[in-house]
Amino acid sequence: MQRHSPARTLARLGATVSSLAITLFGLVLVTFFIGRVIPIDPVLTILGDHARPELVERMRIELGLDKPLPVQFWIYLTHLFRGDLGRSVMTSNLVVDDIKLYFPATVELGTTAMIFATLIGIPLGVLSAVRRNSRLDQFVRVFSIVGHSIPIPVLGLISLLVFYAWLGWAPGTGRVGVAYVGMTPTVTGFLTVDALIAGDADVFWDALSHLMLPAAVLAYFSMAYISRMTRAFMIDALAGEYVITARAKGLSPARVIWRHAFGNIAVRLATVLALTYAGLLEGAVVTEMIFSWPGIGQYLTVSLLNADMNAVIGATLLVGFVYMVLNLLADVAYRVLDPRV
Amino acid sequence: MIGRLFDRAWLLSDSPQSRAQAAWGRRYRLWCDFRANKPALYGLATVIALLACAILAPLLATHDPVTQNLGQRLLPPSTQHWLGTDELGRDVYSRLLYGARVTLGMVLAVVVLVAPIGLAVGCVAGYYRGAADVILMRVTDVFLAFPRLILALAFVAAIQPGMTSAVIAIALTTWPPYARLARAETMTIRDADYIAAVRMTGASSGRIILRHIMPLCLGSLIVRVTLDMSAIIIFAASLGFLGMGAQPPSPEWGTMIATARRFLLDQWWVPLIPGIAILVASLAFNLLGDGLRDVLDPRQG
Amino acid sequence: MLVEISGLNISFPTPHGMHAAVRDVSMTLGTEKLGIVGESGSGKSLTARALLRLLPPAAVTRADTLRFDGIDVLSASEKQMGMIRGRRAGLILQDPKYSLNPIMTAGDQIAEAWRNRRKGSRRQAKEAAIDLLAQVQIRDPRRVADSYPHELSGGMGQRVMIAMMLAPDPELLIADEPTSALDASVQAEILKLMEDLVSRRNMGLMLISHDLPLVGHFCDRVAVMYAGRVVEELAAGELGQARHPYTRALLDCMPSLTHPRPRLPVMARDPAWLT
Repeated sequence: MQRHSPARTLARLGATVSSLAITLFGLVLVTFFIGRVIPIDPVLTILGDHARPELVERMRIELGLDKPLPVQFWIYLTHLFRGDLGRSVMTSNLVVDDIKLYFPATVELGTTAMIFATLIGIPLGVLSAVRRNSRLDQFVRVFSIVGHSIPIPVLGLISLLVFYAWLGWAPGTGRVGVAYVGMTPTVTGFLTVDALIAGDADVFWDALSHLMLPAAVLAYFSMAYISRMTRAFMIDALAGEYVITARAKGLSPARVIWRHAFGNIAVRLATVLALTYAGLLEGAVVTEMIFSWPGIGQYLTVSLLNADMNAVIGATLLVGFVYMVLNLLADVAYRVLDPRV
Repeated sequence: MIGRLFDRAWLLSDSPQSRAQAAWGRRYRLWCDFRANKPALYGLATVIALLACAILAPLLATHDPVTQNLGQRLLPPSTQHWLGTDELGRDVYSRLLYGARVTLGMVLAVVVLVAPIGLAVGCVAGYYRGAADVILMRVTDVFLAFPRLILALAFVAAIQPGMTSAVIAIALTTWPPYARLARAETMTIRDADYIAAVRMTGASSGRIILRHIMPLCLGSLIVRVTLDMSAIIIFAASLGFLGMGAQPPSPEWGTMIATARRFLLDQWWVPLIPGIAILVASLAFNLLGDGLRDVLDPRQG
Repeated sequence: MLVEISGLNISFPTPHGMHAAVRDVSMTLGTEKLGIVGESGSGKSLTARALLRLLPPAAVTRADTLRFDGIDVLSASEKQMGMIRGRRAGLILQDPKYSLNPIMTAGDQIAEAWRNRRKGSRRQAKEAAIDLLAQVQIRDPRRVADSYPHELSGGMGQRVMIAMMLAPDPELLIADEPTSALDASVQAEILKLMEDLVSRRNMGLMLISHDLPLVGHFCDRVAVMYAGRVVEELAAGELGQARHPYTRALLDCMPSLTHPRPRLPVMARDPAWLT
């Protein structure tokens, strides 16, 4: 018997947390330097090009830009700890407030896409592994290699053209029809959920129909990846001796496939899913631009084009942080769920 | 010698008479394996065609890619303009050809930057271990912890949108997996007996890394690079689409989509044709990479 | 007769045409202990797995007769096979490290086999599993039932495997090299246990091994396979009178404590054995 002692588990957890802290520090450091090497002078952005020199000097001191870089970094860190990401020049709101406004839209889009990708990708992968080299398997392989090769802008534009312009199945871009904007009070920030809470069926259906196309576009790449990984894992698992044992026990094929073979890859797959979800955040940036989805990706891109550095750094930090946490979750899931580790 | 390369019996001989014969025999067998993979052959053919388009663009183009002709805006494909014209009356076909230069050029630049850096970092970390390993791998982890596109966007915005910064940004976010790969390979090679033998002859660490370890890491690195090319193409196109890559009037495919986007509903071919070009290029590299991996490095499968 | 095999051929497609792995094999088995001996690649495992139709999908199987208790295995429906596998015939594989499902506890795996035949509650199945573990002489069956396979030693794992295959009270037990992955000291224990259980329950046993003297010791009859064919079949007591040169060579290669030799002979293979 080699069950792990709690002390060892605790030590492992400690190592994970400290490596997270170091990585987080690196993340902050990199964003800080990106924010500082920008050639656009933040003072001139605020005051305009023709401000009087003494005003510029006072502003510089006010913003702490006269101090040496390490001191500036320290100030930046302490502000960060207080949850202060500065003020956006573009929206003139606190960046934190902007994020609260935009981020839920991204989570809503990403989660819906993730549900699509998982519900379709996993069964496809399992079936194509079970019926290897069948028509279905060939279809899944083509489907997934195209998914790996098609850029989101292209897929997004094609789907808009076909489903919106030609077939008229999908509503246009945006999160909800113009008539319904601001109809429901914000509780969770997820428009579909808020509409349900408010009991407003019209808003719910409208928001849902706006959500479907961008979520499907965003899901495709992840779906391709998930089905490809599931297929590879399942082929591996189905070749295992324990699968022969399970069949020799007289179990039904469904039980052999799902309980025994799939049961063995479920943990590895959970890791893949967590990483995929993190990857969806990236895809969301482009998807949001195409579908005018008011999420963090659009916020980030528009801030970039306007050189609104506080907003850029805030959004980058947020996405980086979420990405890291999801990576960590994938790792923890692996350790908790697999009896062998 | 050259004639022999077409002699199957000589190539497939079980008892090669010379090192050259053994080496060519091995290459021939790999080629036979690769040839059996139809999709990979299509990939290879397409990649070669793309390269030809890029190199021969001035010969193949029917028009100048940047000359505007506002009298002939947004024309559908015709005998005059094979793929129509864009919003400034430029010939889309000719722009696509020159765009292949931009895209493949960017891919090449990224690879030339990334592969040596990743290889060097990985080999040094794997060979010396200890503090060097810990520090280098920690830096790698920090870069891996970022979502790639977001880091690249922030970086490009901080310097200046354009092709050079796009290339640097993509390179900056692409090297860590290469370092990981090279490190893993080095770790397995460095304890081999023949490395110990080289060390006994008094070779310096630098020489061992350069002459004996790096060449052995190349195989898996090449596979990885080929598989990554399609990701780099999509990455470059996404940056272009978001206005952070090559700037107009450059005929970069992603940038072409971005500028023609607003004509989607009425002149849909204008934004979609460069999109299809990106799809074809990235599909070709994916197919080629899959085929190469199956032949050269089955472990990564 | 429990098992009737005649004219069994199994082949696999390769880039250079079909490769015949089992060629024209015939054998029968009643309520007795039959040993099948041969080196790796001789087709002994394939023959046994063909009987339960557990071959890899690429395998092509042909036979004049391949019957389990009168049921034609080749034409049986998947449902009929489900009635044979696990219920009337069990299969024990070589290495419990790979043949037990790593993410299910030993008790769950046994209970699953038990419930497949009998309708009973989870609790009953669990109790039955613990009872079965006790029957395979595990001292602390409750603790072992809650263990995962990686927490068990090889011998313990193989006992779990035996308990699992005996759970539905089968009539035939096929053991495919059940002790090759175990320490020498545990091998005899496991074989003895298997022999006891099989005799007590009046079952048929097909013991596959590469160890001729071992099989001769535990079985009633021995079939010797070489390159996909049965080259000789004889009663265990008559091993000394074996006629086929391959069998003789196998026996000759054994080191002996009573007549030590400075050097063991090396088997000289005769291409004529292949025909």
